[in-house]
Amino acid sequence: MNALSLRQLNKTYPGGVIALRDINLEVMPGDFFGLLGPNGAGKTTIIGIVSSLVRPSAGHVSVFGHDIIEDPWEAKSNIGLVPQEFNFNQFETVSQIVINQAGYYGIDRHTAQERAERYLRELDLWGKRDATSRSLSGGMKRRLMIARALIHEPRLLILDEPTAGVDIELRRSMWAFLRQMNERGTTIILTTHYLEEAESLCRSIGIIDGGRIIENTDVRSLLAKLKSQSFLLDIASPVGSLPDFRDFYVVPVDERTIEVEVRGDQTLTDLFTQLNATGVQVTSMKNKSNRLEELFVRMLGDRKRDAQPETA
Amino acid sequence: MAALYPAYPRQTLTALQTLAWKETHRYLRIWVQTLVPPAITMTLYFIIFGSLIGSRVGPMDGYSFMEYIAPGIIMMSVITNSYTNVVSSFFGAKFQRHIEELLVSPTPNYVILAGYVAGGVGRGLFTGLIVTIIATFFADLQIHNIPVTISVVFLTAVLFSIGGFINGVFAKKFDDIAIVPTFILTPLTYLGGVFYSISMLPDFWQTLSMANPILYMVNAFRYGILGSSDIPLATAYTLILGFIAAGTALSLWLLRRGTGLRS
Ligand SMILES: Nc1ncnc2c1ncn2[C@@H]1O[C@H](COP(=O)(O)OP(=O)(O)O)[C@@H](O)[C@H]1O
Ligand SMILES: [Mg+2]
Repeated sequence: MNALSLRQLNKTYPGGVIALRDINLEVMPGDFFGLLGPNGAGKTTIIGIVSSLVRPSAGHVSVFGHDIIEDPWEAKSNIGLVPQEFNFNQFETVSQIVINQAGYYGIDRHTAQERAERYLRELDLWGKRDATSRSLSGGMKRRLMIARALIHEPRLLILDEPTAGVDIELRRSMWAFLRQMNERGTTIILTTHYLEEAESLCRSIGIIDGGRIIENTDVRSLLAKLKSQSFLLDIASPVGSLPDFRDFYVVPVDERTIEVEVRGDQTLTDLFTQLNATGVQVTSMKNKSNRLEELFVRMLGDRKRDAQPETA
Repeated sequence: MAALYPAYPRQTLTALQTLAWKETHRYLRIWVQTLVPPAITMTLYFIIFGSLIGSRVGPMDGYSFMEYIAPGIIMMSVITNSYTNVVSSFFGAKFQRHIEELLVSPTPNYVILAGYVAGGVGRGLFTGLIVTIIATFFADLQIHNIPVTISVVFLTAVLFSIGGFINGVFAKKFDDIAIVPTFILTPLTYLGGVFYSISMLPDFWQTLSMANPILYMVNAFRYGILGSSDIPLATAYTLILGFIAAGTALSLWLLRRGTGLRS
């Protein structure tokens, strides 16, 4: 039984924006799943539908086998949500916020108090338990949202851009915390538009763009697909006389320099074998700084270009 | 469809207690804004209309003017405070978006409604009690019929809390929470026989007044305290219960659709 199952999810917002088109997605129990995509891709909309804040136009959502419409109590009790934007009662204190939230899940007050202490301590908020939410710093508010999402001990934790606008130190400690939660058995889904974050935390990745899932795979295969390196080669003969490289993507830089891309599934030996075979003399070579994120952006761009004939 | 019997009765009850207590805590925390103003306003009503002007007005339906208006003034504060509490709290929750805390939770819609109504009823009755205590300084109030008094004030508080809830669901900006109280509730309350008996009005205005639901509530409550009413009690109960049933149905329907709550 999957932690999350989305079937043929569609969403058109009032006003006509089509935010999701036929989304199908499965997240396995125990997974650490990254939902990656640029702004406006539809990440928050998917999370909104899963957490009952947005009404789907069509499709079904189930959480650990419970349909969110048919068995709302079971489905919702299994989800903890850390939304993208702060949504606290400004006048309530840290402990009131988490204890009330426990109450909404039917957890008795005594248990709620015990858990509040545990999670507030873990998230370094215990000293702030009597402070109102509006007096907290941005980083503390982020952590409070996590404590609030965990208070009913959900099996699936969903975080919508949890580290956006968070300083590097806090980001690292949040990562460590989430990894620990995942090791203890909580399935985690997070959205991000930092590839670095997904790469560091996630085992599986879904890439969404324009309301469509365009890639859904494990991190390793994705990185293999993405992880290509670029080299600048100085060559002895002028660029104009270059033969065709079948397996490599080549861009001329200037008269005697070319840029060659070596994908994750190719080796330098392959490159040199081909260079050799075509008789190209390489006088020197240097590694061009290779940003995964640049590739990520390019991949999205490619997909857009690929998609164009459909709409033409 | 909300099940007749909740699948998780104990948890459902905990959710209700949590929300009801949170709502109660809210109006108690801001007591200077919620409990003090009606106490001051209603004291002024008693002094000005009751003592100063009332002493020049003859008896009404056989009661001193002060005795006659006391139930109406109590009722007025109950109506206003129940309504205002729910509309401002619910709209505030939407505005600050912490209503999402409830929407993501398994708390059933009828519990969300009941929790907010509990807050409104609590504040309405609390204010009513304060005003009643103030009234005893000005008039010698004997309660004629305790069950009627209590049931009418309670049901009225429930009804206007539901009204405030519906207003809160539709409200999109702060102006929207003031329109109904200012343009509908206040006029209907003043014209609902708080300060006079409709038997004093010309026939036409008497008939027109009968279309004002608040008249029935004020009079039923006055009957409970004084034993005098312009209208039959049964009509008052039917009307109040009918409005409560309709308001509840509408509220639950709006919650189920997610009107103003889920995009
Ligand atoms: N409440 C809304 N009403 C209308 N359009 C919306 C609403 N929320 C989001 N959208 C639109 O839906 C698309 C997807 O948005 P969103 O899910 O927030 O993307 P992401 O979280 O990936 O940045 C965007 O085009 C956005 O403008
Ligand atoms: Mg988003």
